[in-house]
Amino acid sequence: MLLGFDPMSLLTPDLGLVFWTTLVFLTFWLLVGKFAIKPITKAIKDREHTISDALSAAENAKQEVQQMQSNNASLLKEAREESAKILKEAKELKDSIVTEAHNSAKDEAAKIVASAKIEIDAQKKAALAEVKNEVSKLSLEIAQKVIGKELDSSKEHQSYINSLVEKINVN
Amino acid sequence: MMSFVSKANTEIVKGNEDKKEDVASEVVEHIMNHVADANENHIATIKDGEQEKHISLPLPCILYNKTTGKLSVFLSSKLHHSEEGYEGYKMDHHTSRVVDAVTGTRDTFYDFSITKNVFNMLLGFLILTVIFFVIKVSYVKNVGKAPKGIQSFFEPIIQFLIDEVAKPNLGTQYEKFLPYLICVFFFILINNLLGLVPFIGGINSSGNISFTLVLAMCSLLLINLNGNKHYWQHIFAMPGVPKWVLIILTPIELLGVILKPAVLMLRLFGNITGGHIAVLAIVSLIFIMGKMGTTIGGATAGGAIAIPILLFVNAMELFVAFLQAYVFTLLTAIFIGAAIEDHHHAEEKH
Amino acid sequence: MTGLAAIGAGLAAIAAGLGIGLVGSNAVQGIARQPEATNEIRGAMILAAALIEGAAIIGMILSFLMNK
Repeated sequence: MLLGFDPMSLLTPDLGLVFWTTLVFLTFWLLVGKFAIKPITKAIKDREHTISDALSAAENAKQEVQQMQSNNASLLKEAREESAKILKEAKELKDSIVTEAHNSAKDEAAKIVASAKIEIDAQKKAALAEVKNEVSKLSLEIAQKVIGKELDSSKEHQSYINSLVEKINVN
Repeated sequence: MMSFVSKANTEIVKGNEDKKEDVASEVVEHIMNHVADANENHIATIKDGEQEKHISLPLPCILYNKTTGKLSVFLSSKLHHSEEGYEGYKMDHHTSRVVDAVTGTRDTFYDFSITKNVFNMLLGFLILTVIFFVIKVSYVKNVGKAPKGIQSFFEPIIQFLIDEVAKPNLGTQYEKFLPYLICVFFFILINNLLGLVPFIGGINSSGNISFTLVLAMCSLLLINLNGNKHYWQHIFAMPGVPKWVLIILTPIELLGVILKPAVLMLRLFGNITGGHIAVLAIVSLIFIMGKMGTTIGGATAGGAIAIPILLFVNAMELFVAFLQAYVFTLLTAIFIGAAIEDHHHAEEKH
Repeated sequence: MTGLAAIGAGLAAIAAGLGIGLVGSNAVQGIARQPEATNEIRGAMILAAALIEGAAIIGMILSFLMNK
């Protein structure tokens, strides 16, 4: 005996207490284990899945965005090249149009000038011919007046006068 | 604990009357009575002149007489004012236990009373059930969201039990045993913690051998009912061992089947009871040094020494409350894990 | 016989103290060497300490029982 106390009593299970502990613990286990802990652990597990799903989804979205960004960059580059090309083409077109216009204008002008020259020549010739006719008429009249009767209107005289007129160079 | 202090107070008066009384022996008796179960929740004893007045929370007594087969149900307060007893029973105010009024022993009846330990257990059961159902509701309500309120206090503990206790030891089958592990952890924990609360408890229910016996029995059954072929093979016929060695080995292994839960039982019992005894012993330092109230200076010195140590020991007990619940759960998980494990290495060998 | 029981309990306490001290010191060393393995070492430490403690408690209880 330890100072008047039997330590064995501490180590002897008590029937009533064993009964009550069994009852309370088994009730607790069945009640809480089945109706509270199972849903809780399930909720925790589900949430873990949700979180990991969300994380992988975010990772995917990030990758997609990156891909889209690189796509955008290449698109932008393409667009830039396209626009540069278009600009270059436009410039070339413009240049060609301008030179064409220039050339055609030149041609036109040359044509106009040429036709004008021909016209002028024709006019000049016509004018000269008229002047010659006029001069020959005048000189004939003058000669008629001057010579009067000496000269008849025989063919010999006529051709002579004409040759004279021919010899007169207007210019 | 309070009840011990108040009992010691009555001893102060007694000590004055009879100074030859063995102080240490009294102290040990009080400590052991505190640590043991009782039929009423004793709070204080007030000595008023010649009259001793016991203040205690009455608890229901359910007693079954072995010889007459009579079942008596009454509140323990019925036993208080009658020295001759009630329905053949009386209260031993020394131990706060119901005894037979005639023989003065506890051998003549079965005691199924709501004792202070049962009361404590029921209280813990109630608290835990309410908490768990509240948590469950909030889990169902905010599915997939961060925990809120009381949920965020319990989630790390549950998560710890899943990640550190269940998963590493039980492998893929951990979900099957999770309810038991969590239940046993919280049931031990709440009883440990309620045992540390003065006034309402200071009750040593998780340090009672009956309590730990039941929990250890549950673990024993779970381990052995789930044990697979390899587990039993290792017990009865350890592979790769000569036949004659088995004659020695098999009894040892069989003993181990019982011993593992038995050690679980004794560890919890020893730690919690030891903690209670340590706290009470330090408190009684005041009364020992004060020679049961005869020297006020001694009592003051005792108090000056005892109170800081007491604070430290109580803080340590708080840690031990968690640690022992964890250790019980962890070892149960390890034992179950060993019983359900697939012994691939053993198969490869043969 | 009370004295013998006390000596037995004391021996159990000394043995357990030595054992848990060794476990603790080696665990701290292990953690100092490999801080990244802290959690695993802590788990193993608690397990070993619990097993030692179980032996010590059995010793103490036996010493109490023999004392009867």
